Amino acid sequence: MSNQKHIYVITRREALKLGLLGATGLTFGKYARGEDANSSPANKRTPAKAVIELWMSGGPTHLDTFDPKPQAGNDYCGPFKNPIATNVEGIQICELLPLLAKQADKYSIIRSMTHGINAHETATYIMKTGRKPGDNLVFPGMGAVVSLFKGYEHGYKGLIPPYIVLTATEGRFSEEGFLGPRYKPFATGGDPSQKRFVVSGVVAEGVSDARQKSRRELLGSLDSLGKAMPANPQFEQLNRCEEKAYNLILGDGGKVFDMSNEKDELRDKYGRNKFGQSCLMARRLVEIGVPYITVNDGGWDTHKQHFEAMRRKLPELDKGFATLLQDLSDRGLLESTIVVWAGEFGRTPKILWESPWNGGRGHYGNCFSAVVAGGGFKGGHVVGASDDKGEEVAQRPVLAADLIGSMYELLGIDPDGPLPNPKGLNLQVMPSNGRLKEIM
Amino acid sequence: MNLLLVFAVIFAGAIDSNSLIGPQGISGNPFEGPAFVTPQNKIDELVLAGLKRSGIQPANICSDAVFVRRVYLDVIGTLPTPKETSEFLQDQNPSKRIALINRLLEREEFTDYWTLKWCDLLRVKSEFPINLWPNAVQAYYRWIRDSLRMNMPYDQFASELLTSSGSNFREPQVNFYRAIQGRQPSDIARTVALTFMGTRYESLPQSTRANMEVFFSQVAYKKTAEWKEEIVYLNPAPAGPREAVFPDGRKVQIRPEDDPRCVFADWLTEPNNQWFARNITNRVWAWLMGRGIINESDDIRLDNPPVNPELLAFLEKELVKSKYNLKTIYRLILNSGTYQQSSISRSNNPQSEAMFACYPVRRLDAEVLIDALNQIGGTGENYTSNIPEPFTFIPEGQRTIKLEDGSITSAFLEMFGRPARDTGLESERNNQPSDSQRLYLLNSNDIKNKIERSPILRQQAEAAKGNRTELIKNIYLTILSRYPTKSESDTAEKYFQGEGMTRKAAIEDLAWALINTKEFLYRH
Repeated sequence: MSNQKHIYVITRREALKLGLLGATGLTFGKYARGEDANSSPANKRTPAKAVIELWMSGGPTHLDTFDPKPQAGNDYCGPFKNPIATNVEGIQICELLPLLAKQADKYSIIRSMTHGINAHETATYIMKTGRKPGDNLVFPGMGAVVSLFKGYEHGYKGLIPPYIVLTATEGRFSEEGFLGPRYKPFATGGDPSQKRFVVSGVVAEGVSDARQKSRRELLGSLDSLGKAMPANPQFEQLNRCEEKAYNLILGDGGKVFDMSNEKDELRDKYGRNKFGQSCLMARRLVEIGVPYITVNDGGWDTHKQHFEAMRRKLPELDKGFATLLQDLSDRGLLESTIVVWAGEFGRTPKILWESPWNGGRGHYGNCFSAVVAGGGFKGGHVVGASDDKGEEVAQRPVLAADLIGSMYELLGIDPDGPLPNPKGLNLQVMPSNGRLKEIM
Repeated sequence: MNLLLVFAVIFAGAIDSNSLIGPQGISGNPFEGPAFVTPQNKIDELVLAGLKRSGIQPANICSDAVFVRRVYLDVIGTLPTPKETSEFLQDQNPSKRIALINRLLEREEFTDYWTLKWCDLLRVKSEFPINLWPNAVQAYYRWIRDSLRMNMPYDQFASELLTSSGSNFREPQVNFYRAIQGRQPSDIARTVALTFMGTRYESLPQSTRANMEVFFSQVAYKKTAEWKEEIVYLNPAPAGPREAVFPDGRKVQIRPEDDPRCVFADWLTEPNNQWFARNITNRVWAWLMGRGIINESDDIRLDNPPVNPELLAFLEKELVKSKYNLKTIYRLILNSGTYQQSSISRSNNPQSEAMFACYPVRRLDAEVLIDALNQIGGTGENYTSNIPEPFTFIPEGQRTIKLEDGSITSAFLEMFGRPARDTGLESERNNQPSDSQRLYLLNSNDIKNKIERSPILRQQAEAAKGNRTELIKNIYLTILSRYPTKSESDTAEKYFQGEGMTRKAAIEDLAWALINTKEFLYRH
């Protein structure tokens, strides 16, 4: 909120004016697009099968995670002045992320994300949809689009819905957008770090299969209105849903949520907290073929006492994220699974030492970081750069649409293709002039 | 008496004599009354005339038990309590339905429930893409609620929303202009057309749209020093009088000192305006009858004619005659035999539902359903909001139909299709069943806990002591708002006596089964 300089999304014209284009030989616009059309390496590989989205709700700091600026001084780095080397030469990250430092060959950091919006709800919309607001439409988020192209209409057969959120939805906007409720995420509820992960509707405590069956019979015999109008199409639809629900309740489909067969050692590595165990659960869901899983992690909106919060949160992030990458890689799943780490924006590089913030960081959409791994994204790279204080994009601005368009391309979803929609509008999946070609 | 005669004449030719059912001749289901609807007012005359023309037989009148549940859910979005239900069922007064309708229209929950509806249409929401922010949401909500509580004439309601200027905190009506995706005259005109003309912008000719935008071309917005405060005001008009054109093609001179929005509002609320009364009466009809006379109810256009033009014209006239008193229209519809039909159709004609030959079943609205479940379970709902307290503090046990802000939500509300309040389209509310809803109702801990911990069910179990029949009756009354039939009661009795069945488990299972019946989940 403190930065009023760039309220609007950077347009190509503005980027030109700022001298940003061409800084790394990679450009927006028709030039880059022409290259894409000629030789898109992504077209030749097997498309990625799944996405795990680690969503840091509230807006994670970029300076204290993947874009440290030790030379900027105390007013910018506060207590975290000693970034650590990673297993990739030349890439340093925050000192509180030692495990992720050992995995840097598996992921690439984008240090030049930008949209210029400092309000949570609009920034969330932009980051999740790649769209600018204000066209009288609410576009679907990535998860909804992926479940449209990789869900039940396209061969997905799982009983578990194709778009899972661990554990609660974000709530900033309706993620299914105009695609409608069929593409809504299924939020598990519960907490996977508890002894039993109680997934709403799938796992109920203390109801035996025998009792489920006797209840079902009782329901069948007392459903008097249903019997009085058996051909009602609404009721027929409900009956179909009921049939499917019982397949999941009484069948094996729900077993994926029972983590008791995971080794304690591995569970410890992920971290025995909600975020860590959600990462582990996400891997299990990928294994059974679920195409899109979001892990929502809150608590990143650190206006006040930011550094205290980071000392709690970063070690959890480090364990969960690093172990997820290693585990996916060990199981040969990283090749086919995109992992993306992002929030709606970064946080003000200059620390607000004064009361009431007492060492806080505000909202910052002007320049921030995102991380991608797997599914065709190369590891060990840094895309773009921020300036020496992390305040401005210095090289290669990356827009949400570029990131999302790149993910779609790797998933075998043509970003330039039509986006089917119930409104019958002529829309493109993800209009964007740029792909993250250097890491695809 | 007169009406009855008319009815007899209308039906003489329409009814197949074999299907005439005597007063006691019902198949034994608890849903239908003993006969066809008898015409109660002009609505029935017009509906029945339409049915006769199409050779469609109307449904029977619904039973008292169906009526009491239906009218509570439709009018106040609330399940009747067991006491309210049994009192109504035992009441011998022949005009008890009329009396109940009158009582419900004055209930506090009437205001709550219809405020919820209007907040959907007027897009009362803090976050994306409406971005009103909680202070303004509170102000806007209270104004809407107060207007409905006082039964403000509908023409005044619309005018105030269209013509106010000032701070979003101090002049709540100006939030109409802020609760819009976009701030261009075209964005405003689009919203005005949808809200008050029941018309999708796309279906208006380009020239009509351009003409309409002129009336909103001076609307402007500015921030103040106060956080999230915004003033809605008018930019100065161009010098000299201007000619503008209303959507019906009439021309008007706007002088520089006129607020063009007032000029538009005056035109809109004229008694002979072809959109205004039509839109709102058609909507009220759709809210109570499940579908519009023009359907969808917010898609009024020339090539989407009313299924019964005389009926719609009659309702429009009644509204204007009552000086835009919406409760008049509610009362007319609710007291009609048409509204009081059973949902069990007596006709195979595919047009029968569209012609209002029965009361169509619809799943309960998300908010109404969770409130009903909480009423049975004696529980409250856990809401979430991304905006920190104190803006979003919600008292313990607050009913969901009283929720102000579309950005305050719960997993349940999301799953059961509460509207996003992004566009104000009626179709945003989605009452279609889904697999995950079914999973939730059949097998979630939430439902399980509500049943196991329900103080009402516990009290009933204690009160009934050893009398199992009484207990089963009371559980039926609590959940389905009626007494069980003999065969249902026998089935439940047998379940209680099942091998290894405990009384506690049987009560839970019975309550669980009834909650999962279509009868509970649907308005019928």
